[in-house]
Amino acid sequence: MSRVFTIPDKWKVFCSRTIFEITKLGVDSIPLVMIISVFIGAVIAIQMQLNISSPLIPSYSVGLATRDIVLLEFSNSILCLILAGKVGSNIASEIGTMRVTEQIDALEIMGVNSCNFLVLPKVVGFVLFMPVLVAFCIATSLFGGFGVAVFTDLISVSRYVYGLQALFQEWYVWYGFIKSLFFAFIISSISSFCGYYVRGGALEVGKASTNAVVSSSIFILLMDVVLTKLLLQ
Amino acid sequence: MIEVKHITKSFDGKTILHNVDATFYTGKTNLIIGQSGSGKTVLMKSIVGLVRPEEGEILYDGRDLMKMDQAQIKHLREEIGMLFQGSALFDSETVLGNVMFPLNMFTDMSPAQMKERAQFCLERVNLKGADKKYPAELSGGMQKRVAIARAIALNPKYLFCDEPNSGLDPKTSILIDELLSDITHEYNITTIINTHDMNSVLGIGENIVFINKGYREWVGDKQEIYQTTNEALNEFVFATDLFQKVKQYIIQNAHR
Repeated sequence: MSRVFTIPDKWKVFCSRTIFEITKLGVDSIPLVMIISVFIGAVIAIQMQLNISSPLIPSYSVGLATRDIVLLEFSNSILCLILAGKVGSNIASEIGTMRVTEQIDALEIMGVNSCNFLVLPKVVGFVLFMPVLVAFCIATSLFGGFGVAVFTDLISVSRYVYGLQALFQEWYVWYGFIKSLFFAFIISSISSFCGYYVRGGALEVGKASTNAVVSSSIFILLMDVVLTKLLLQ
Repeated sequence: MIEVKHITKSFDGKTILHNVDATFYTGKTNLIIGQSGSGKTVLMKSIVGLVRPEEGEILYDGRDLMKMDQAQIKHLREEIGMLFQGSALFDSETVLGNVMFPLNMFTDMSPAQMKERAQFCLERVNLKGADKKYPAELSGGMQKRVAIARAIALNPKYLFCDEPNSGLDPKTSILIDELLSDITHEYNITTIINTHDMNSVLGIGENIVFINKGYREWVGDKQEIYQTTNEALNEFVFATDLFQKVKQYIIQNAHR
């Protein structure tokens, strides 16, 4: 840990690698985030409408419930569980392959702090870009629900839009962003750890990749409980 | 010059290196030879600091690696170039990017100067025109040459090569051997090559250290190896009929 979080040997190299990691881990994840979010947003809206179709509940509740589910849980916890699969396995397999093909040894022999050089840009890059992914997720999820309102007769567009704005609590947005930063750190650091300490060959790289996803997911769920307790109470 | 004194190393209670002494000279191609599992890779990894021996001294021109702090080791490693068995090129970088990597990390050269130096190194290993290719697009021999170019980019004082000929055809192996030998003499480097390729041993071995079952059994050069009475070394080097005949031919000619 102390070898990872030290001052980089060369800031110029660190910055260029961080930008590279932001592109690879963050920007390249935007299409996946958008596709999943738009469909999940639509499904949440449909299920809300089907489950709360009572004359006692105002019709704008569909928009309200969709928004709050997206803000409180889907755009951070569920999104990060999905990203643990994509980004976590990517990081673990990349670093693991570098380990078994002696690329990490080559860095060490050159006098490069391999932990700092390989892991820190990934952690910093992913944590920095995570709020952007969360913002994309929120926007496209709500748009998915909006699509249900537009293309079906389950709920009117005006009631859905009214529901999105009703009883809005700004803190829910910040709560989602704060949680996502912790989760981004968990995914990038645990996956890097799993990859860095691979011993053996291709089979072990595959195992490390699986371990990275499983461990990240468990830690995300644990941290979700802790953060929800701390931030929402 | 690198001196290794009384190196002992164990893994899980099993001693791999027993009190090994060896001297590796500047401007010479120093070879560590031995059967698979004899401990030669552990010896090389101990010398470069990837493995820490339990006992002994590793002296780089008098500086003991075992007594160095992290900053001193980092500084020493900037003087070291290493060619790994699998080349260990960075997959995500082009050939030029691989060779420029140490320059980028450890010098204040401008991008133009780095590119010029990297291209000089690539020309030195006869790889002109491959700058923009990725390691996966290269043959095994070309990958080794890129790794050599990367290893010499910072003008190292010490060059380590772990099985440089593994996976290469005999002709390419000879080219790599000649290249390593030429570079050693041209830049006056202390080169240590870990090999069990007999063509290398008899071709470029100016100082040969034979490791057998974790012990240093024999030291000599490629001429002396023909005269050796060491049974284990004889069995190892002249294991094939071809090398037996070569040995007899050399000895007969020497007596004429």
